[in-house]
Amino acid sequence: MDALFFWLLAALAVIASLLVVGQRNPMYSVLLLIVSFGALSGLYVLLGAPFVAAIQIIIYAGAIMVLFLFVVMLLNAQHESQVAGYEARFTGGSFARRFGAALAVGLAIELGWAIRRLQATPLGGEGRAASTVYDIGLRLFRDYAFAFEATSVLILVAMVGAIVLARKEGS
Amino acid sequence: MNLLPEPTLNSYLVLSAVLFAIGTAGVFLRRNLITILLSIEVMLNAVNLTFVAVDRYLGAVDGQIIVFFVVTVAAAEAATGLAIVIALFRHRETLNPDAFRTLKW
Amino acid sequence: MLYLIPFLPLAGFVANATLGRRLSKAASAAIAVGAMGVSFGWSAAAVWRLLHVTPVGGVRAIDEVVYSWLVSGRLNIPLELRLDPLSAVMILIVTGIGTLIHLYSTAYMHEERDSEYARYFSYLNLFAAFMLILVLGASFPVMFIGWEGVGLCSYLLIGFWFTKPSAADAGKKAFVVNRVGDFGFVLGMLAIFATFHTLDFQGVALQVAGLPKEETFGLLTGITLLLFLGATGKSAQIPLYVWLPDAMEGPTPVSALIHAATMVTAGVYMIGRNAVLFGHAPHTLDVIAVIGCLTALMAGTIGLVQNDIKRVLAYSTVSQLGYMFLAMGVGAFAGGIFHLYTHAFFKALLFLGSGAVIHALGGEQDLRYMGGLKHELPVTYWTFLIGTLAIAGVPLLSGFFSKDEILWKTYSTGHVWLWVIAVITAFLTATYMFRLLYLAFFGERRAAHGAVNHGHATGDGHGAHLHDAPPAMAIVLVVLAVGAVLAGYVGVPDVLVSGGNRIESFLAPSFSAPGAPPSVETEGAGAQAFHSTAELSLMGVSTLVAFAGIGIATYFFRRKPAAADALADRFGGLYRLLLGKYYVDELYDAAIVQPIKRISTLVLWRGVDAGLIDGTVNGVGLVVRGWSAVLRRLQTGSMRAYAMSFFLGVIVIVGYFLWR
Repeated sequence: MDALFFWLLAALAVIASLLVVGQRNPMYSVLLLIVSFGALSGLYVLLGAPFVAAIQIIIYAGAIMVLFLFVVMLLNAQHESQVAGYEARFTGGSFARRFGAALAVGLAIELGWAIRRLQATPLGGEGRAASTVYDIGLRLFRDYAFAFEATSVLILVAMVGAIVLARKEGS
Repeated sequence: MNLLPEPTLNSYLVLSAVLFAIGTAGVFLRRNLITILLSIEVMLNAVNLTFVAVDRYLGAVDGQIIVFFVVTVAAAEAATGLAIVIALFRHRETLNPDAFRTLKW
Repeated sequence: MLYLIPFLPLAGFVANATLGRRLSKAASAAIAVGAMGVSFGWSAAAVWRLLHVTPVGGVRAIDEVVYSWLVSGRLNIPLELRLDPLSAVMILIVTGIGTLIHLYSTAYMHEERDSEYARYFSYLNLFAAFMLILVLGASFPVMFIGWEGVGLCSYLLIGFWFTKPSAADAGKKAFVVNRVGDFGFVLGMLAIFATFHTLDFQGVALQVAGLPKEETFGLLTGITLLLFLGATGKSAQIPLYVWLPDAMEGPTPVSALIHAATMVTAGVYMIGRNAVLFGHAPHTLDVIAVIGCLTALMAGTIGLVQNDIKRVLAYSTVSQLGYMFLAMGVGAFAGGIFHLYTHAFFKALLFLGSGAVIHALGGEQDLRYMGGLKHELPVTYWTFLIGTLAIAGVPLLSGFFSKDEILWKTYSTGHVWLWVIAVITAFLTATYMFRLLYLAFFGERRAAHGAVNHGHATGDGHGAHLHDAPPAMAIVLVVLAVGAVLAGYVGVPDVLVSGGNRIESFLAPSFSAPGAPPSVETEGAGAQAFHSTAELSLMGVSTLVAFAGIGIATYFFRRKPAAADALADRFGGLYRLLLGKYYVDELYDAAIVQPIKRISTLVLWRGVDAGLIDGTVNGVGLVVRGWSAVLRRLQTGSMRAYAMSFFLGVIVIVGYFLWR
């Protein structure tokens, strides 16, 4: 059963991501990304990390994507075919796009090849219970307490920054 | 139902790699700032997947904690990034990244 | 306490150099003259003490280590002073005549501003200090300090009125020409260290004494020739004499002190100091004798036709120095020093006398515009007459004894041809000196048309104040005149007064190796008789020659002045050659100075400096600029391009790790 779910969810994630990148309507991109997150969340559950799965849905899909949606709607982002092009020579525009895409493919191949070199290693730990929130909490607040606090400061900074950057001039 | 091969660590890693590559391609190919940010999110997710997979393999919890932090940082980054996008949009009325060429000497 | 002797003038220098601007003329003068005077007293006391020191190995000496200077590996050079008979004579000359000249300068330089006055005295004191270090030094490096120092002071003093271009040029010329000589000196010094591993005079003499005399051109000859090169620079012999006539641009007391009595004698002293070393290199001695003799003759011929009073005296100095070198070259070291000593008196006297003349005429230095000063400047005239008689070698005056000593020694050591040339030069000396005397003091005043205001004054435009020398100057002139008469009596030759020539016996220990008996000549009775006859007859010859010279001068410049001009016209070419100093300066300029200038300009300046060095530095800038023009393109402003760069880097790094 696990295998089936895995391949299903994997396929779903990949297809959704491809569509996010591939299709032109920004609104659809956002929604498709939410789908992709959902698939990933399922994969997390398969991996025995329910907490992370929950986090993924709540924060990523629930908060961040909603933010994206708001911005898309606010800015009235156009369908890309209607966007004027700003073609430039070499280092801008189409060259960068194509070259970059080629590089991406190259990376994928590189990673794949590297992974192939590893022997197939089973995941192990099937009998083990899924890691509970308790375990995570213990680790987080004991060993990574400082990082936790620092992250909270980071969020504060981001919040302030976002407000400052986005406000209208002279307000 | 053992028609499909059992997912091993490798499979997860490959999946992660594929997703990462897709995200990168997206950064280069899209002509919309917001979509570029979305592609970046895709990449981050791929990385998260890697962490959790290896975590399971090693039997530890630390990977999930890292994921926790990654998500937090991604949130912060998304917020800030979108704020910048909004500010840029106000200036130029466009979301095409090629329109912004002043980050130079 | 030997170090006080040079230290007092040095202190005077410091005082006048630092405080000079705020001191009155009287104060500056008091400091300077006082320093010299006390130094003279101290020198006299030191010499007195020397006379009562028990001789060690036949040598009376007082050694004093002032300071441990250079200690490095095998090299140990302390700052050591040594007083022996030779340096005793020298310090008495330097401090004694130095004090007199300082005193004279207080009046002569009186028209300068206070700060310039103090500057003058500070330099003068500094010079004295260096000269004393030079003569008291017990080793080559210490002497070299003094050697270089007096060269520096000479430059400073010659170019004292540096706002006048000719004076500044003369100072530079003196320094540069001196440097060429110093180059030889330094090489010689290094060679000595390499050979003998010591730079101490006594140490070197000791080692050299053990060596045989060099019959061929060997190491000792080479070393001594290098040292002699230094001496030619300092003491204005061929080929490095060209700076001395130009040095007359400086104030006259400077000419008297530095270029008559002291600095130029440094070369002679140096040879005397290293008598043992030079004695073992007979070829060098021959070279020295020949050069000395030729220089004497050449300078004498030039002096015959010069029109500037100081130039005549300058060439006379070069000529007399030639005599001293001739003496050293034939082995008569004591004779050379003896002439040095008497020459100091009468040459200083002559220069200071000319200074009084120039001062009285408000700056006029050209003999053609002088005349008739005999009655208006009596003191000056009489003292000048005494000096002239002395230098001409008239018997009973100091110059006679010393010059005769040299002539006798030249003849008796077998250098007959050199003797002949020296006698001819003596004749010329008498002639040109009396020409000078007659033109300046006798006859009618031949004032120049127009203003007479070139020369020494600060250009205030004061006219001639035709009064005789002021007291400060007059006293000095008289004292020097007395000296010019009496100084020679320490060296009356044996043949006239038995047991005589005290100075030779006094100095002899300085010229021989430590431990060896002093080489005073003693001969058998028969040979002695022959020698006395010869010596007496030669004395007669030189006396005759002196009077002949006086006679000729009297004829041409007193009785029939027109005859002189007629002669000049008839031998026009020769006259111009002499007047133009054999065009040696022009020769040096064309052969040495111009090529160097050209090479410097074209090769070194344009080629190396502007082209290579500037080119490299600018080139680096240009390269950077070029590259940056290319690299600049990377900053496209396109965000995507930047992202691409990131990504490329990522791939490379990941790839690297994966490969491993």
